[in-house]
Amino acid sequence: MKFIASLVLTALLSFTGCLFFPWWTIAIAAFVVAALIPQSAGKSFLTGFLALLLLWGGLSFWISSNNDHLLAHKVSVLFLKQDNPWILIIATAFIGAIVGGFSALTGSLLRKLKQA
Amino acid sequence: MRILFFVLSAFITGVLIFALNTSWKIGGVNSPLFGAFLSPQHGFWQNAESTSEDFTADLKFEQLSGKVTVYFDERLVPHVFAEQENDALFVQGYLHAKFRLWQMELQVFAASGRASEILGEKGLAHDREFRRLGMVYAAEIAEKEMEKDPLTKSACDAYTAGVNAYVNSLTESTLPLEYKLIGYKPEQWSNLKTMLFTKYISYDLSARDDDMEMTNAKGFFPPSDFAKLYPAIQDSLDPIIPKGQPFLPQSIFPVAPVSEDSAYMNKIVAAQETEKPDPGNGSNNWAVSGTKTKSGSPILCNDPHLGLNLPSLWFEIQISTPTFNVYGVSFPGAPYVIIGFNDSCAFGVTNGGRDVRDYYEIQFKDDTRKEYLFNGTYHATKFRVDSIKIKGKADFIDSVAYVQLGNDLCPVMFDKTYSGGRTTNNKNYAVRWTAHNPSNELKMFTLLDKSKNYSDYTAAVMNLHSPGQNCAFACKNGDIAIRTQGNWPAKWKGQGDFVMPGTDTSYLWQGMIPQDEVPYLYNPERGFISSANQKPVDESYPYYIGRNYPMYRGYEINKRLAAMSNITPQDMMALQTDNFNPVAAMLMPLFIKNINDASLSATEKKYADLLKNWNLRNDIGSKGATVFETLWTNLLDTVYDDEFAKAPLNTMRPFESTLAEGLLKDSAYQFLDDVNTASIETLSDELTSVFKKITPALEKAAAEGKLEWEKFKATHVDHLAKLPALSRRNLPIGGSAHNINATKENHGPSWRMVISLTAKTEAYGVYPGGQSGNPGSKFYDSFIDQWAGGKYYSLWMMTNDEAKDSRIKWTMRFSKS
Repeated sequence: MKFIASLVLTALLSFTGCLFFPWWTIAIAAFVVAALIPQSAGKSFLTGFLALLLLWGGLSFWISSNNDHLLAHKVSVLFLKQDNPWILIIATAFIGAIVGGFSALTGSLLRKLKQA
Repeated sequence: MRILFFVLSAFITGVLIFALNTSWKIGGVNSPLFGAFLSPQHGFWQNAESTSEDFTADLKFEQLSGKVTVYFDERLVPHVFAEQENDALFVQGYLHAKFRLWQMELQVFAASGRASEILGEKGLAHDREFRRLGMVYAAEIAEKEMEKDPLTKSACDAYTAGVNAYVNSLTESTLPLEYKLIGYKPEQWSNLKTMLFTKYISYDLSARDDDMEMTNAKGFFPPSDFAKLYPAIQDSLDPIIPKGQPFLPQSIFPVAPVSEDSAYMNKIVAAQETEKPDPGNGSNNWAVSGTKTKSGSPILCNDPHLGLNLPSLWFEIQISTPTFNVYGVSFPGAPYVIIGFNDSCAFGVTNGGRDVRDYYEIQFKDDTRKEYLFNGTYHATKFRVDSIKIKGKADFIDSVAYVQLGNDLCPVMFDKTYSGGRTTNNKNYAVRWTAHNPSNELKMFTLLDKSKNYSDYTAAVMNLHSPGQNCAFACKNGDIAIRTQGNWPAKWKGQGDFVMPGTDTSYLWQGMIPQDEVPYLYNPERGFISSANQKPVDESYPYYIGRNYPMYRGYEINKRLAAMSNITPQDMMALQTDNFNPVAAMLMPLFIKNINDASLSATEKKYADLLKNWNLRNDIGSKGATVFETLWTNLLDTVYDDEFAKAPLNTMRPFESTLAEGLLKDSAYQFLDDVNTASIETLSDELTSVFKKITPALEKAAAEGKLEWEKFKATHVDHLAKLPALSRRNLPIGGSAHNINATKENHGPSWRMVISLTAKTEAYGVYPGGQSGNPGSKFYDSFIDQWAGGKYYSLWMMTNDEAKDSRIKWTMRFSKS
């Protein structure tokens, strides 16, 4: 339950925050949620990781689908030297996820530090 | 232990965020900040425009005085209906910015020598070249001149306010893609930037000269050879103003200095500009009168040939106010429609191509450049100090000397502090260029867009000073006309073909040809007017206008128009996209006669046969066209390389027409002989040697499946940042430099337009691009296939009561807040 709640809250807070603030707001969102909702360090990491994996992956997939992947084709050739929108969507999701995961882990470890 | 884990985790998180928020050098290129760039809410995903994007909007701005409604049709062409002219121009600025902001700013950065701010040190050579040419100086003069005219001043103010209204609405996520890629932010627009843009067009169309290369040629070749290598007139020339047409009496009588001939002797210069406008910056335009058309009404056609880029130089628009209604293409960066039609007439331009930029050798007293010699005494130099910002480096300070030459303050472009590619000497050259003269080109377009008849048109185009253009005109009342309009120096014969001494008044320009004395043609008996950058007049014209003009397209167009009757707009489209090769048509009989099969190997003969069976057209699929173009280019080198072997590095090569006419006149053309051999070479020998030279390249192309002309040529429309992923490559399109369809590798018809001035105007047009500059929009390159296929769109001059028409997809309403 805590896992689902943390995950949804992290994603929601990231999304709302990024409407107004820079991209690294996702790190703050994952950090804060993990610091407030007690979970094991491993679960916290997974929560942050999955929350951003789903958010960034979902958003980029949704945007790109509506665009018939026109731009993803071009940007993937530009940076990955191969025409593959899916790798670009996966890369986006993974970058968000890794930042989310480590931020959440840091938040969770901070909470444990204070408990001790 | 716990604290260690925490610190470690915090450290990793910090490093991650830092790494993703930093620009890295990858393969010599600065990467975007990957965190922001990939963030679906901030980065490039935000530029992935939905294919069903809704452009409908309700916008309020306090700068507006009335209402403006913009109807977008299915091609994203805006039809702007405004109650007031300035409101319409505000909205034009807003729309240009909305769809083309990055391009607009890039063009201005390039014009003003600010490329280094974006590109870093590799932009510095360009920046110095442009600043030393006085581009900003020219724009400042133009701005002052523009401000004297209340109409254009208020138009520019409105346009600038419109651009800035959009710039100010941008957020991190709505920034155009290229800003995110390169990592910078747009600035505010200004009237000076609009002027810089117009000077950029002047540069592109009127800053090409061969003065230094010609000077080297003059110093190197004996006079008899020089006259043959660079003839002043071409036999096949069919000028814009037909031969025999009388001209207005001369009002300025330029006098050649007595030392004229000796001044150029032994003046070998090795200067070379770091960049030059494309020699193919030309165009076609023509108009046929009602006597030659099926409908009985005139038809006007225009296709300006320019560099092919994405986003395109052009943006299609209709502007309608109670006082005027115009449709056509506009320049993102400037108000008004440039080429198009209104309810009464149509207009289009081709480049005048005359030499309006000359160099004067300046003698400074010493290396401080503080004083220069003029008319026997030393005068104080004025300095303009430019601080060039370089991304990631300290500013580069460049001080440019300006010298007063007669009435004109001219920048000393080349001196000891700047060589521009110069390799040997240490001479100083000031540049005299008509784009430095005060002029107000936008006034031409504010008047032209509203022109109702020939006298309105004449009054409008007389405001065009730089770049000088051949302005074609046709009117519903039946009139057709062309004026070779511009600020043309009245030169003595040969003036400015070479660099000139700048130590006294004698070599300076002695006046400008009055604007009403330019060659023009109004309702000629032959029933058509045309221009294709050929020399506008024959030798009977009283002023000297130089020698370097391409003539074959003009020759072909005139021949075809003269033979046509009962013309329909479809005939005109077929003519605009025609791939017949007039140079080849003249030369091929001579080549066929002189190709010596016996001297060719089996492989070489295979290509000779392809050539012999060629139909003289640079069509898609033609292998003969590939052989001819390769052969001709190489023949030009082979014939002259021996004569030029010992010439200075940077010496003018003969024009293509010089070799063509030399061969046609005399099959034992003097320069065919290789001066390094004892024997006398003939055309037959030269053709054999060229076939031997080109066969490996043709074999290679054949092996790669690229022998067909369109594959060999591989026309591409490049993104302005030269990013292949954002460009369109290998377009299936025929044509070549001397075809009426002058589509080259990366250069060609940048807008094709055919306007039939029947009671209800019938208009067609297409450009190789799309209305949106956003590479993530489906409108980014949506016209390219249509353009490559030689097809046109019907241009819809919408009326106010057609708001419910099914072609309208979105509506943007602007009103006062």
